[in-house]
Amino acid sequence: MAKIVTDVVCPFCGTLCDDLEVALSDDGEEILEVYNACAIGAAKFLHSQAKDRLTRPRMKQEDGSWKEVTYDEAADYTANLLVDAKKPLMYGWSSTNCTAQSTGSEIGEEVGACMDNTATVCHGSTLIAVQDVGVPSATLGEIANRADRVVFWGCNPAHAHPRHMSRYSIYPRGFFTGKGSKSRKMIVVDPRNTDTAKMADVHVQLEQGRDYELLSAIRVAIRGEKLPDVVAGIPKEQIYEIADTLKSGRFTAIFFGMGVTHSLGKNHNIDIAIMVTRDLNDYTKAAIVAMRGHYNVTGSGQVWGWEFGFPFCLDLTRGFARYNPGDSSSNDLLIRDEVDAVFVLGSDPGAHFPVGSVKKIAKLPSVCIDPHITPTSAVSKLHVPVAFVGVEVGGCAYRMDNVPIETRKVVEPPEGMLTDDEFLQLVLTRVRELKGAA
Amino acid sequence: MAKVILTPTQTPTLFLEAENITPDVFAGKNAAEIAALHGFVGKTTVTLGDYFTVEGAGGQTAADTTVVINGDVSRVKYIGMKMSAGELIVNGNADMYVGGWMTGGRLTVNGDIEAFAGLGMTGGELIVNGNAGNYLGAAYRGDWRGMQGGEIRVSGNAGSDVGTFMRGGTIVVGGNIDVHVGTHMEGGTIIVKGDAKSRVGGQMVKGTIYVYGDIDVMMPGFQYRNDADLEVDGDNGRFALYEGDMGERHPKRKGEVIYGQLYMKY
Repeated sequence: MAKIVTDVVCPFCGTLCDDLEVALSDDGEEILEVYNACAIGAAKFLHSQAKDRLTRPRMKQEDGSWKEVTYDEAADYTANLLVDAKKPLMYGWSSTNCTAQSTGSEIGEEVGACMDNTATVCHGSTLIAVQDVGVPSATLGEIANRADRVVFWGCNPAHAHPRHMSRYSIYPRGFFTGKGSKSRKMIVVDPRNTDTAKMADVHVQLEQGRDYELLSAIRVAIRGEKLPDVVAGIPKEQIYEIADTLKSGRFTAIFFGMGVTHSLGKNHNIDIAIMVTRDLNDYTKAAIVAMRGHYNVTGSGQVWGWEFGFPFCLDLTRGFARYNPGDSSSNDLLIRDEVDAVFVLGSDPGAHFPVGSVKKIAKLPSVCIDPHITPTSAVSKLHVPVAFVGVEVGGCAYRMDNVPIETRKVVEPPEGMLTDDEFLQLVLTRVRELKGAA
Repeated sequence: MAKVILTPTQTPTLFLEAENITPDVFAGKNAAEIAALHGFVGKTTVTLGDYFTVEGAGGQTAADTTVVINGDVSRVKYIGMKMSAGELIVNGNADMYVGGWMTGGRLTVNGDIEAFAGLGMTGGELIVNGNAGNYLGAAYRGDWRGMQGGEIRVSGNAGSDVGTFMRGGTIVVGGNIDVHVGTHMEGGTIIVKGDAKSRVGGQMVKGTIYVYGDIDVMMPGFQYRNDADLEVDGDNGRFALYEGDMGERHPKRKGEVIYGQLYMKY
């Protein structure tokens, strides 16, 4: 009889499902099965059980081979790299808990780093827009219980957030949404006919890169003003109809993703989507929520928000926090040769950044802290494997709607392995020693 | 007028942050004092003397100080930031934040500049004989006050997000312009003598935009009003007037709703 651990929180995407059940071996040391999770979430738990997993840091040698080193040696290398650099970049922070993020901030402050999280290639444009015009938002629980108009704009939860629709947005039978999906009207705006679009009551298949124009047209329609015959490939009659549908609901929820945050216009697309939401509040209740990707990218923004006042693209080189995406954002820093060392934790820029940036990482002194072997670890000089947060160590994470949820430890990490936070504490101590000696 | 000549001696390995290069800071200082002024490369503090030779001396006040940079400073940020008077001439390319938050004086760049030039500027003249980058005369992140006064004149092309949250002053772009012109604009004038791509005047509340060339995609919230013969920046021509953005809030003056105005030249 397997031992079942209940109410496990899934450390994969920003949906942060908290109803997983994990079956352990009798001795409680091995994960056998994962219930309730989506395929991606289950794979993450089971991947931690891989027999060929790296359990010790390794340093790249001149001939390209790897040599195992101790955690102390790895911490020493990392601390020296950060202290010696004039402008180190400390990137990632989205797949770890808030405690490690906070320890990372202490290191960043000590060494005068540029700190950035995965929002920079994800929902950073959302954060810019929120700072510009504010945001009327709601928790996913409120949406599950109330929303009868649900819009997915430039996002594909069927693949990217597989349990979002069943837990929060489309299928749950909530207090005022007793008929589940039948009590909701689902609108998907996407140039592609995605699997989410196939489920929609209305699929608005706009021209690629014309989201700003269409959102503006919806604002015009909400105000009852005249429209041109066709906007973004959508006839004006349909735009008036969409505006009426959104206005006539009891509660409209708009979810959006990479399709608008990183297509033409970026933050302006979100800015105007927020203004649509605000306009709708003249007629009904409306809220807008970003479909955040990594399970704790939101937490990273929260931690830095309360520590430095800005959620990403932090420049601490002068001893106080400055912020200006376009100047202090990772890719601009890398492509323009503005940084001279790279530290990555809990993200994979090797897979997500433009190749021009990745080539720069490969040329610079670099360290990658990640349980997995990734394209980033492959181009880094030092790779430090650590325990899986949410599987082998708990800690706080923030869901996409900014609700903090404490993740759970399910099994022990392999013997002798450190967690993100334990390794960062070693680095911080070493950084302080080096700076004291200087 | 006292003149200070800076000649670059080396290219910074990273980028040099040099907000001290303004007539205001140089005024009342001799060459040695100017060379001792600090700048930053990453977390290290350097002096201007590490990167430039300094000749001449500043005048008594900013107004009677001219600063000339002879050479390429495309890896130097914040040149002329917050300058209030006098003259600054850059004979070469410059990086980000040229003339950011400037309040007066004249800043001329004979070369190309990068993003965030004339950010939140309230007065003075910024003249670029070359191309400009993104966020020209725009607001700093999170600020609702972009350019509020003065004049920016670019002979070449400009990037995207020109005049975001602009509230006053004039921006003239001689060449073409990228997307998002005058987004959230609440006043002032933008003149584009070449072509624009799309998103001209999106979420515009007040203010005026002139486009001499074509706009690839018009914003749906602009409505045609009438034709008008106008003289704009010394050029005469017949313009079609559009008003908008109809999706945005608009104030009333003497009982009439005030819209943003977009003039397109025939």
